[in-house]
Amino acid sequence: MKRALRTVVAAGTVAALVAGCSLSGNTGNDPQAPATVTLVTHDSWLAPQEVLDAFERQSGIKISVLKQGDAGALTNKLVLTKANPIGDVAYGIDSTFASRALTEGVFEQYTSPEADRGPQRYSVDPEHRLSAVDLGDVCVNVDTRYFADKGIPEPKSFADLADAKYKDLMIAESPATSSPGLAFLLGTVAQFGEQGWQGYWTQLKANGLKVVSGWEEAYSKEFSGSSGKGPRPIVVSYASSPAAEIGDDGKPRTKALLDTCYRQVEYAGVLKGGKQVEKARKVVDFLLSQQFQVTVASNMYVYPARQGVELPQGWAQAAPQPQQPKTLEPAKIQAGREQWIAQWRTLLEG
Amino acid sequence: MAHATRRLTSRPTFRGAGLAALAVLPLGFLVVFFAWPVAAIVARGFGSGGVGTAIGDPLTWELAGFTVASAGVSTIVAVLAGLPVAFLLARVRLPGVSLVRTLVLVPFVLPTVVVGLAFRALWPDGGLLPLVLANAFFNVAVVARTVSGLWSHLDPRAVDAARALGASPWRAFRSVTLPALAPAIASSAAVVFLFCATSFGVVLILGGAKYRTLETEIYLRTVELLDLSGAAALSLVQFAAVVAALVVGALARRRRENAVRLRSRSETARRPRGGEWWAVSAGLAVVALLMTPIVALLVESVSTSDGWSLAGYEALAGQGSRGALQVSGWDAASMSLRTAFDATTLAMIVGVLASVVLVALRRTPGRLARGMGETMDAALMLPLGVSAVTVGFGYLVTLDALPGDLRTSPLLVPLAQALVIIPLIVRMVLPVLRSVDVRLRQAASTLGASPGRVWREIDLPLTARSLVAAAGFGYVVALGEFGATSFLARPDAPTLPVAVATLISRPGELNNQMAYAACALLMIVTVVAVVLIDRFGAVRGQNSVGEF
Repeated sequence: MKRALRTVVAAGTVAALVAGCSLSGNTGNDPQAPATVTLVTHDSWLAPQEVLDAFERQSGIKISVLKQGDAGALTNKLVLTKANPIGDVAYGIDSTFASRALTEGVFEQYTSPEADRGPQRYSVDPEHRLSAVDLGDVCVNVDTRYFADKGIPEPKSFADLADAKYKDLMIAESPATSSPGLAFLLGTVAQFGEQGWQGYWTQLKANGLKVVSGWEEAYSKEFSGSSGKGPRPIVVSYASSPAAEIGDDGKPRTKALLDTCYRQVEYAGVLKGGKQVEKARKVVDFLLSQQFQVTVASNMYVYPARQGVELPQGWAQAAPQPQQPKTLEPAKIQAGREQWIAQWRTLLEG
Repeated sequence: MAHATRRLTSRPTFRGAGLAALAVLPLGFLVVFFAWPVAAIVARGFGSGGVGTAIGDPLTWELAGFTVASAGVSTIVAVLAGLPVAFLLARVRLPGVSLVRTLVLVPFVLPTVVVGLAFRALWPDGGLLPLVLANAFFNVAVVARTVSGLWSHLDPRAVDAARALGASPWRAFRSVTLPALAPAIASSAAVVFLFCATSFGVVLILGGAKYRTLETEIYLRTVELLDLSGAAALSLVQFAAVVAALVVGALARRRRENAVRLRSRSETARRPRGGEWWAVSAGLAVVALLMTPIVALLVESVSTSDGWSLAGYEALAGQGSRGALQVSGWDAASMSLRTAFDATTLAMIVGVLASVVLVALRRTPGRLARGMGETMDAALMLPLGVSAVTVGFGYLVTLDALPGDLRTSPLLVPLAQALVIIPLIVRMVLPVLRSVDVRLRQAASTLGASPGRVWREIDLPLTARSLVAAAGFGYVVALGEFGATSFLARPDAPTLPVAVATLISRPGELNNQMAYAACALLMIVTVVAVVLIDRFGAVRGQNSVGEF
């Protein structure tokens, strides 16, 4: 009995060892497959495997994905490793961080032939080192049922949110720890100007705004319109979030306030000093292609940068794209970002 | 008697060269995968200037004070809660104790974001109390497992003798048991303090915008602001605080560590009697409290807006709503098991070698050996006290110098996890290894046994159970490790905690439920792993200690 047990344990150990070794053996950079291009991206990356496989069959390029945190962390890691980049191509640098990456010289010049199908509208750089892949709009979302039940009109604008009618109803993320939080702060800077935004936030604070550190808590725990059924009916999220809250009746339970949106554009570029520049360019072309663009909405909850790409069913009603979102010049963001966050922290956390 | 023991102890049992050879691997590992990356990233901060200003900033010292104070309180709570549980695990023979031994580990593997959300559900406004309690919640297991490891081997006759001489149970505990347990308590307290002082997700979620620690500030400055000089300054302050904590811990341990007669648990556990029931009740109460958030998570995993549903669990076979994951929940579970296995193997090799070297240094005469031993002991603990962000970013700027560019290798995850669990393994193995009565070893040597044979015949059988327990504990920690893993895991190979974090960061009820179901899966995997390892350890341990 004892011996049998030992044999079982020994066999189990060997099996586990073999399993363990398979992990170390699979390092991805097989010299037999020189066509592997490493794509460095952020945590929200998601693409259907069949689309990647189709690209591989068609071009002979296998994309190996390396996620490196959120857009900020991704940018900073690319800056730190620019002398010897960790990949060949990067996707997911957004307009908030684009100027840092450009100033630091992380990307090569490359104009994709696909960029003339729309992406160039969002160009940030005359040298075309970054190509726009998608856009995400950070907007205030509301729980429509809450307002219907209470008989209060839904808020519509930035100014409404500071109205006493909506006291203690709103939840937002800290711009210091959250990317939608930062986008919302930038939206208020764009709306009220560098002189006015602090006054607006003071009003929001006085109106009972609650700030948490991340989107997960804000949306899944505090917001009454999500499955978490939190206490507050107003939250900073994305224009596309209502698409995930469609009930059994086919109607969305939440709504984005299209006058409170701030647009973040996400870019891709070829990394300077990468080992396979030519193939990396092909990957940028792929990211801008119809084939890939049609996947971004349902997978990453963002809008394709390419014109004429169909959105998933239900988006037209649940998640229409805002027509006049706020934006800020990348150079202005680069100059102001740290200072605004510091001022915001003094204002809201002090 | 004491004099005679000291004279005998001072006979070197290992030769210097052999010792140095044994020390090369653990120290080399620490230098390459910890010291070098950390030094490189801090040096960059110095390069860009402004470190002095940041150190002089009153905000820095405010953060340091809050970090130390809140971690200190969490540690006290964890120790107070952990001791009755340790008693339960070590001394009590009642049905269900082995279940407690297993369950108590579950909090340790839960992803911080999930625990943060669970505590938020109880304290919607966050704040100091939930922050302190959540940090303690994670770490009760460290105290309970480490202390019970030693306690179960203590000879109960000393307590019986004290009682026979008229000491009250409390007095006997205070003057006999507690001093004998002191090294394990001090060890675990040091580990818990370091975990709390560097805890990140919990502080971010429950501290919200108001409470900030050095760790969250280092994260912000490195990850979001790229203010490397500010981060470097804060890292130095954190480093100093950690070294201070380690020195205090070492001083507390120093005079208390004696050779204690070790016994098998089967001889020492018994039905509680009299006042011991109070301790048992306290232990059970702690376990019940630890289970509360866990039960809440389980409930959450089966409740939807339309009532009860197993949809989240069914979804584990797939990739989440709209393919939130790149692999299925089961694949993530299998990846977790394999990664944790690699990490544990690595950490056991490094940790046990390091412990052997530390014990040998301890038994080598002279101030030099002692100093070396204490320095190495402290150095092994440092990975727990340095920000995962600093280490992760350090990897980026250093590891390309190694062959094979480890920066993008999947091996990096087990390496980083090993770094986290090595200190735990050392802390669990060392007290037991040190407590092996040196006279037994000397008797064996006198009878002609080689050092290797002494280790095999004396140390190994006596410590086997602790080794298995340490490996099991390390394995479980690696399963749940999130900080380093989330920085390094590849999207096609996420571990369960990474998958949970991904799922919970996407809208949609199904993803939310699947996240909680994945948490439940993580708990189940943990429980199964612990049961298997404990069973294996119990069989081996009982036989070998029994034979002895």
